[in-house]
Amino acid sequence: MTWSEMHPLLEQACWDTLYMVGWSTVIAVVGGLPLGVLLVLTDRGGLLQNVVANKVIGQVVNVARSMPFIILMVALMGFTRSITGTTIGREAAIVPLAIGAIPFFARLVETAVREVDGGLVEAVQSMGGNTWTVVRKVLVPESLPSLISSTTTTIVALIGYSAMAGTVGAGGLGDIAIRYGYQRFETELMWITVAILAVVISVIQFAGDYAARFLHRRAGQSGPAPRLRLLKAKEPATADVGKVA
Amino acid sequence: MHPPGHIHALRTTVTETHVITTTDLTKVYRTSGREVTALDGVDLHVREGEVYGVIGQSGAGKSSLIRCVNLLERPTAGTVTVAGQDLTALAGRGPRAGRELRRARGRIGMVFQHFNLLSTRTVQDNVELPLEILGTSGQERSRKALELLDLVGLTDKAKAYPAQLSGGQKQRVGIARALAGDPKVLLSDEATSALDPETTRSILQLLRDLNRQLGLTVLLITHEMDVVKSICDSAALMEKGRIVESGTVSELLATPGSELASALFPVGGEASGADRTVVDVTFQGEAATQPVISQLSRTYNIDISILGAAIDTVGGLQVGRMRIELPGRYEDNVVPIGFLREQGLHIDVLNEEPLLVKEGAK
Repeated sequence: MTWSEMHPLLEQACWDTLYMVGWSTVIAVVGGLPLGVLLVLTDRGGLLQNVVANKVIGQVVNVARSMPFIILMVALMGFTRSITGTTIGREAAIVPLAIGAIPFFARLVETAVREVDGGLVEAVQSMGGNTWTVVRKVLVPESLPSLISSTTTTIVALIGYSAMAGTVGAGGLGDIAIRYGYQRFETELMWITVAILAVVISVIQFAGDYAARFLHRRAGQSGPAPRLRLLKAKEPATADVGKVA
Repeated sequence: MHPPGHIHALRTTVTETHVITTTDLTKVYRTSGREVTALDGVDLHVREGEVYGVIGQSGAGKSSLIRCVNLLERPTAGTVTVAGQDLTALAGRGPRAGRELRRARGRIGMVFQHFNLLSTRTVQDNVELPLEILGTSGQERSRKALELLDLVGLTDKAKAYPAQLSGGQKQRVGIARALAGDPKVLLSDEATSALDPETTRSILQLLRDLNRQLGLTVLLITHEMDVVKSICDSAALMEKGRIVESGTVSELLATPGSELASALFPVGGEASGADRTVVDVTFQGEAATQPVISQLSRTYNIDISILGAAIDTVGGLQVGRMRIELPGRYEDNVVPIGFLREQGLHIDVLNEEPLLVKEGAK
């Protein structure tokens, strides 16, 4: 296979992946954020403490997360058709991708929101704020750096899942790697695809980390992944002490 | 029509009106079958315009008490009245606060031990937060916030983030924020406990100034006697969920055997011999300005040893206690002790009791 043959294939695959992952990320964030916040609020000692609701939401999230993506995709076919009118193609792949990612993102949101200092919640309550104010002014803004990291993780996971979307004819980079690279022994194309995926994921991870670290730094907290700092030997000082002694 | 002097007078005086009243306040925590009584029938009366300190060790129920005052914690029983409004009647369903209660909370400021500033907001935006909740317009919010930052001396830090401030500065922001809703009452939850002594003094001074200038009633809880000593008009001692002692600082001093008074003004010292009389003299108000000890010495020609003394200015008045030793037994010193009592001093004779036992034995 020559480059001129590969080029249009790869370009189309890139767009397909971006399209699927982009939309499913948007839906996952829109759906997972409230779900994650709700998991924290309804928990014991939460502002909307409701043990039953908490258990139900938690269980739904667990079941959805434990399902292998390829099975989820098949299981959701009826639902997918009722929304998109079809069970094949990019649009059809977005539905199971988003539904798979919502509980995943919700758990990450839950962890991030739980980290917010309870004192801040108390402070806003003492000012006369209601639960919605607490969510809007405290829980979400204060956990924003973590939420951005969670979104990055979700995007990367979705890129992984999207490789399986080829089974419903949605295209994408993963699909190219499997159909051409694995099934037709086009090893070269497979490696190029893998390289492109690696670059895409690195760029997303870097951008996410940068955004999270920027917000963290503005808030004066240490970054999520503090870099190792080389310990500078304080030899001059030691030498001085030696001289004095 | 415009009597500024009158308002000023009103604002600096502690009135007899109770601005915070709790009646038989009880809080029981239930955790997995176990019951912990944090508050056990607390009656608290805070007068308008005073600084009231509740002191106690950790676990005594201070935190629960202050949280029950603005109903951050819902009391199990009892009532809380703030500025004439029965907050317990405004409850909401379950742990959630109804609209009326939230509005009432907006009129009660609160400052916290760990400041509780939002790290993602600038200092000014932190101060504006309560105003956002109250629904004040943007322009008015920033005007008010800058005015409050000026009041606490942090105008130049308006655009800084909390992480860039020192502990004392953070607490000043916390105080400015608590004042944003023009509260009549300020609750202070160990506001100085995370600060060094120097900063503690400056924050206490600020609270005192605000109390004087704005006529703000301050209810503070603390475990530091120094806090009570430096700014409180009244104090209460909490132990095991109960208020053991309470009153104005002078009232407490005048109460024989008051634990708070002896903690505020600790005097020590043992009699140097069997035939000595040890007397604790409590000074309050006018009497503290008179040189009674030297008068006593000159009038009765006796040698007086001072075993220990703690004199301070509390709420602008000279108060304190002194332990002195007079030569001779109690019988020999009835007249000099009578003289001290005549001066308006409160006198406790320490080794009086064994003497009474002896008299009974006769």
